[in-house]
Amino acid sequence: MNGVQLWAVQRGTAMILAVAVVVHLVTILVAVRGGLSAAEIIGRTQGSWAWLGFYSVFALAAGLHGAIGLRAIAAEWAGWRGRGFDLAWVAIGLLTAAFGIRAAFGLFGA
Amino acid sequence: MSEASPRLRVRVWRGNAEGGALAEYAVPARANQTVLDVVTHIQREVDPTLAYRFACRVGMCGSCAMVVNGRPRWTCRTHVSRVAKDGALELRPLANLPVIRDLATDMAPFFDKWAKARGSFQPKDAPDGAVPEEFAPGDFAVGDFAVVPPASKQREAADAGIECIGCGVCYAGCDIVAWNPDYLGPAALNRAWTLVNDVRDGGKKDRLAAVAGDAGCHACHSTQSCTAHCPKGIDPSGAIAGLKRGIFWGVR
Ligand code: SF4
Ligand code: SF4
Ligand code: FES
Repeated sequence: MNGVQLWAVQRGTAMILAVAVVVHLVTILVAVRGGLSAAEIIGRTQGSWAWLGFYSVFALAAGLHGAIGLRAIAAEWAGWRGRGFDLAWVAIGLLTAAFGIRAAFGLFGA
Repeated sequence: MSEASPRLRVRVWRGNAEGGALAEYAVPARANQTVLDVVTHIQREVDPTLAYRFACRVGMCGSCAMVVNGRPRWTCRTHVSRVAKDGALELRPLANLPVIRDLATDMAPFFDKWAKARGSFQPKDAPDGAVPEEFAPGDFAVGDFAVVPPASKQREAADAGIECIGCGVCYAGCDIVAWNPDYLGPAALNRAWTLVNDVRDGGKKDRLAAVAGDAGCHACHSTQSCTAHCPKGIDPSGAIAGLKRGIFWGVR
């Protein structure tokens, strides 16, 4: 990946996150009104493709956005630059995203 | 100068590439005195070994920049009354550049980056520098003067950054330059964007390729420190944003 693509991904994921974070927070606020139980949560998430899709995109955007940001900080503050580090950041970004998607999938299939 | 005339307490960084320390001088305070006047007074009246650089004294040549009380500034057009804190000044060489001696820095890395950013005009119609026919009759004449309406959008975009005097103030004020020694920096990128907007220039493709990536415009965090510091009121941060957009959309 070159600087242009990284920049484009960072911009794109930022736009997704801006919407996703708002939806996420509003959902939480609405969901917890009048108490919350595990059964209630699973009742909403189980088998919901819309829910799974939303959180998969959210987790992927967050993973990539975070990794690209950390890559810049590591390069500037620690001097970690080069192909090896770039590959590591891709791996870290995808791994973070995978954790999120796995969690979403767990609630989807619960 | 009367005996009782008020004095400025001026601390000046003295040293070389190996290191240095602040030395203190008392300089008579005068009305309408610039920081450069203060440095000149020290060099002429107190210690002739003080090294610093200036030429025009009117804000045109870009050679007098220093760090004044913690901020990079052009010293010939900075009035002491505007920047002194309780009659005290602290002067250091421009940041992010190697020191030659005292207040004189080596500007070579700064201008090398202009070259790297393809900061020189590449005439589209006369790549070999040929002169328009009516002014140079003969075999070597090629092309004609380009007609560029000053009010056209592209010319206005080019004009926005063209008054840069290459003083290095923005470069000294940019954290990314400090953290990433390869970073081309605000002045070189502002120059590149100015030429990208110049309709007479034929080197856009090369130039956009040269300024992309981690050492180029994509390293910039749009913090606008450069814009805040530029004494000419130029907006390098905006220019860099333009480069990012231009490279992404492949425009022009
Ligand atoms: S906007 Fe970019 S070039 Fe200007 S000071 Fe900030 S990081 Fe440096
Ligand atoms: S952009 Fe402004 S601060 Fe930077 S070198 Fe040019 S004139 Fe100086
Ligand atoms: S001496 Fe020329 S800009 Fe200050």
